[in-house]
Amino acid sequence: MNAVESKVDLSVKIGGLTLRNPIMPASGTFAEGLEKVLDFDRLGACVTKTITRELRTGNPLPRVVERPGSLINAIGIPSKGVAYFLEKTMPHYAGYSTPLVVSISAPTAEGFASLAAELTIPGITAIEANISCPNIEEDGKAFAMRAESTEKVTRELRKATNLPLWVKLTPNTGEMPDVARAAEASGADAVVVANTILSMAIDLKTFRPCLGNVMGGLSGPAVKPIILRQVFQCAKAVDIPVIGCGGISNCDDAVEYLIAGASAVQVGTATFLQPKTMTTIIDDLERFCAHRDIGRVSDLIGGVVIEEADEPDLAWLDPIS
Amino acid sequence: MNHMHPHHFGSQTEASPHHPVVAELTDVLKNEPVNEEYYHLVVRCSPEAAAAQAGQFFQLLCPHSGEAQPFLRRPMSVYGMNPQTRELEFLYKVTGAGTRGLATLRPGDQLDVFGPLGTGFTFDPSWRSIVAVGRGAGLATLAPLARSAKERGIHVTAILSARRPDLLVSVDLFRSFGADVVTVTDSRQTSGPANVERILRSLIAENRCDAFFTCGSSRLMRVQQRLAHEFDLPGQVAMEQQMACGIGLCYCCVRDFNVDGEIVSRRVCWDGPVFDLKEALP
Repeated sequence: MNAVESKVDLSVKIGGLTLRNPIMPASGTFAEGLEKVLDFDRLGACVTKTITRELRTGNPLPRVVERPGSLINAIGIPSKGVAYFLEKTMPHYAGYSTPLVVSISAPTAEGFASLAAELTIPGITAIEANISCPNIEEDGKAFAMRAESTEKVTRELRKATNLPLWVKLTPNTGEMPDVARAAEASGADAVVVANTILSMAIDLKTFRPCLGNVMGGLSGPAVKPIILRQVFQCAKAVDIPVIGCGGISNCDDAVEYLIAGASAVQVGTATFLQPKTMTTIIDDLERFCAHRDIGRVSDLIGGVVIEEADEPDLAWLDPIS
Repeated sequence: MNHMHPHHFGSQTEASPHHPVVAELTDVLKNEPVNEEYYHLVVRCSPEAAAAQAGQFFQLLCPHSGEAQPFLRRPMSVYGMNPQTRELEFLYKVTGAGTRGLATLRPGDQLDVFGPLGTGFTFDPSWRSIVAVGRGAGLATLAPLARSAKERGIHVTAILSARRPDLLVSVDLFRSFGADVVTVTDSRQTSGPANVERILRSLIAENRCDAFFTCGSSRLMRVQQRLAHEFDLPGQVAMEQQMACGIGLCYCCVRDFNVDGEIVSRRVCWDGPVFDLKEALP
């Protein structure tokens, strides 16, 4: 059922950008194929698969393995490069009124900056910097593992583009609030919390890892409580919007993220199971708000109620460090 | 003998047949074993789902049962479709968590299907007679060719291979649409590539092979690739690969193809699962 005669204002603001609703795809789980089952003009934004400057073939197979309530992937960002993106992929989105957010990655801060500069063109609404990838200047450690490397790459990106800049963080760091603060201090317009959780699975028939890349990133409903906690922490740490991403399968999940402090959310793995998940959530979100007389979905953001007596032990707020 | 130019399947522009794709709950009409290994599943679905083409597939949301808790959907090629009765058929071998869950379905249960997906087999109007070569689970994928070819007035010779005669499926189905069926099995030592090549060469000599259609065996695919080059015949192969999304989003089901000497990576779910025989790599 389409959203008609709605009295609920679903729009949210991400920095200077207003989205018609807070629901968008997670990078890597969205492409033209989804057009067959849902109308991209209903989404808050379109977020592309990460592109790189260089051609990348991706990881050896198998690239995915399932575990209860979750998926582990090691796709390896296969990319046909910038020219292919501009010539073949981008025109596909020109017919939609939905903001196009382009996810980018590079092995160096300079590489990120030059790619962002090249993509600062009409038709692209925002840049999502996937800084969860290995940084060759730091021994392959992902940029978003540490505040210093996050600050450096974000600063270079900020100089390179005047487009809204979203920085996608990794959940694999114990310093997430610091990393989020570093992104904010160096000019990010929003942080996306988060990418997949580093994980592994072993085949008991062969004693070999299930993935060609040995390790991969965990996603799906199993990660939701972990990423929700990180969204809560980051939203407390920064004033820029936090975009939640981790295990969202339905409207309740999305609302949980919003009240934990997310200004918008990304839906990824759930689309593989139910391809219409995003539009279902948009419809249900409207009903959820209407049912509770909530006039604006943005009123949900950060609405979690924590009594003073319930303040969590600080040690538990940062359990890894 | 036709000397067709090989068709190029699965390029980016051709990969989106403008047929509707649906995600829907279907009603299970039948789900019964047909031999020691295979189950035959029939569901009632929408006209859109029943309009699937031979070679296309559906992503099935397999039920959970006990230890079997499949997370992802499972791709399953269409075994039969009938838009008039709104029926969709699958033939599957119980091998893992997904198919163990499927095997628990009973008439009256519901099954969530997503499809039809991918590019199916295509026919050239000038073809008079084609050859379908399948083995194992590939027999199910090739089965709907029998009806599609007959509707176009194209004769089919089916060479069906299995480990044992009792595991041969689709034989009656092919015959019911007027196909000639040759069965070969490991137990009778007739299924080796040399014997299949001998059969194919005689079909080519008799002008009964305007094109190859194959699924389920790399060895038999290589035999046909060799003959396709030798006699300049076109061919199509339906390929398998582990999938997650089924609609080209995730790039987990890629395979390499040899396109005029260049190795090209393609997504089986989106660019296929039916590909040009001559470009396929085992």
